[in-house]
Amino acid sequence: MKSDIELITSEGKRLDGRGPEDIRKIKIEAGVLHRADGSCYMEWGGNKVLVAVYGPREAVPRHTQNPLRAIVQARYNMAAFSVEDRKRPGPDRRSVEISKVISEALEKVILTEQFPRATVNVNIEVLDAEAGTRCAGLTAAGVALIDAGIPMRDIPVAIAAGKIGGQVVLDLGKEEDNFGDADLPIAISPRTGEVLLLQMDGHLTVDEFNQAFDLAVKGCHAVSEIQKKAVMHKYQAIAAEVQE
Amino acid sequence: MPNEGRQIVIPGQILGEIPAFKPGRGTFVENKKIYAERLGVLNIQDNFIDIIPLKGRYEPIVDDFVIGVVEEASTSNWMVDINAPYPALLHVHEVPWEIEFADTEKYLNTGDAILAKVLSVDESKKLQITLNDRNLFKLKGGHIIEFEPSVYRRIMGKQYSMIEIIQKYTRCRIKVGKNGRIWIDGDAEGIAKVLQAISKIESEAATFGLTDRIEELLKKDAKDVR
Repeated sequence: MKSDIELITSEGKRLDGRGPEDIRKIKIEAGVLHRADGSCYMEWGGNKVLVAVYGPREAVPRHTQNPLRAIVQARYNMAAFSVEDRKRPGPDRRSVEISKVISEALEKVILTEQFPRATVNVNIEVLDAEAGTRCAGLTAAGVALIDAGIPMRDIPVAIAAGKIGGQVVLDLGKEEDNFGDADLPIAISPRTGEVLLLQMDGHLTVDEFNQAFDLAVKGCHAVSEIQKKAVMHKYQAIAAEVQE
Repeated sequence: MPNEGRQIVIPGQILGEIPAFKPGRGTFVENKKIYAERLGVLNIQDNFIDIIPLKGRYEPIVDDFVIGVVEEASTSNWMVDINAPYPALLHVHEVPWEIEFADTEKYLNTGDAILAKVLSVDESKKLQITLNDRNLFKLKGGHIIEFEPSVYRRIMGKQYSMIEIIQKYTRCRIKVGKNGRIWIDGDAEGIAKVLQAISKIESEAATFGLTDRIEELLKKDAKDVR
């Protein structure tokens, strides 16, 4: 899509004043829902995402069960009011795809072999969308899974890199996503550096791709620190409060 | 840090290396390094690294006392919900009563609560429970409340100190299952106090001096103490 907006100046200043490698403001809160086994509320720039985790519990219908390990069923859903034009509620092609890739990413970090025949349900509810909701959803899901006490190899984390106005940048905003040249969301396991999710929309040369990939991995590690801090904060705060 | 000695760990956090330490519950090993697999409190004893979970589902272990709710009565067995990821099977041979074929519903029916013991857990996590032991019985009347199974040890306290305090000040009959369920029988006021104490224990599970604070809480408006 062409437009006459200048997404990034020659000095590398973006529409919202960020530099090419700056991440939007992230706020994470664990354990916000009482009925769910684990939950997380996250604000990432203008994105607002709520994640609830249930399980492990017996998978139904029974033919979905795996006798050797648990299955992970993530459900990504956008609220009707999350975008400017009302989104028709219910699953569509896009959200089914995102649910699938997020399920597969989470399956790689959860120790599923401990719970044969069971399922872990992850409900990702996008309340407000401003580009990068799948990354926000996956990152928040990681925190919600910890909060649910589910055994994991690592805490998954995601961020998107992309290309706007010919430059490779980190964490695309709404206009940058809509009018930019490419979008590259990735999720990694920060401890091992394994890639859990990698998608691409648009065109990048091999060099640009490598540059964007490295930038996104760097961004993932930065977000991972925020994630860990949020979990530690929640559980240490309770301990500190009583000590006083 | 104010609460040293009770270090909170998160999944993927490195805890030690293999020859110096041994991996215990709640940990996994990769390239001879020990990592945490879940959120919990670090506990190192005799070079064994264990994680006492802060949250999470109940994982059944043989000989655990559990409080179950009957889901379904079949001709020769009952399916019982014990708050685990899987339902548990209670066979007619595992109850103290002589049961005629297909007479199971007369003894236990949907919704009945029982205090049972985990008999077996197999490879694919198929569970069996039993009522054939002393101290195991059908729970008549009373209320069942649920708590975070990981705080079971805090609710019982050292040598049952915590649960004895709660019983002393509330004058309720209390049975605690390892699966995160408590059965309480008593007057409404007592039950309300038990609930208050349990939720305090749950939220402050990772702290020291909890027993004293609970005693203080219960003492405040205790009229007559047994």
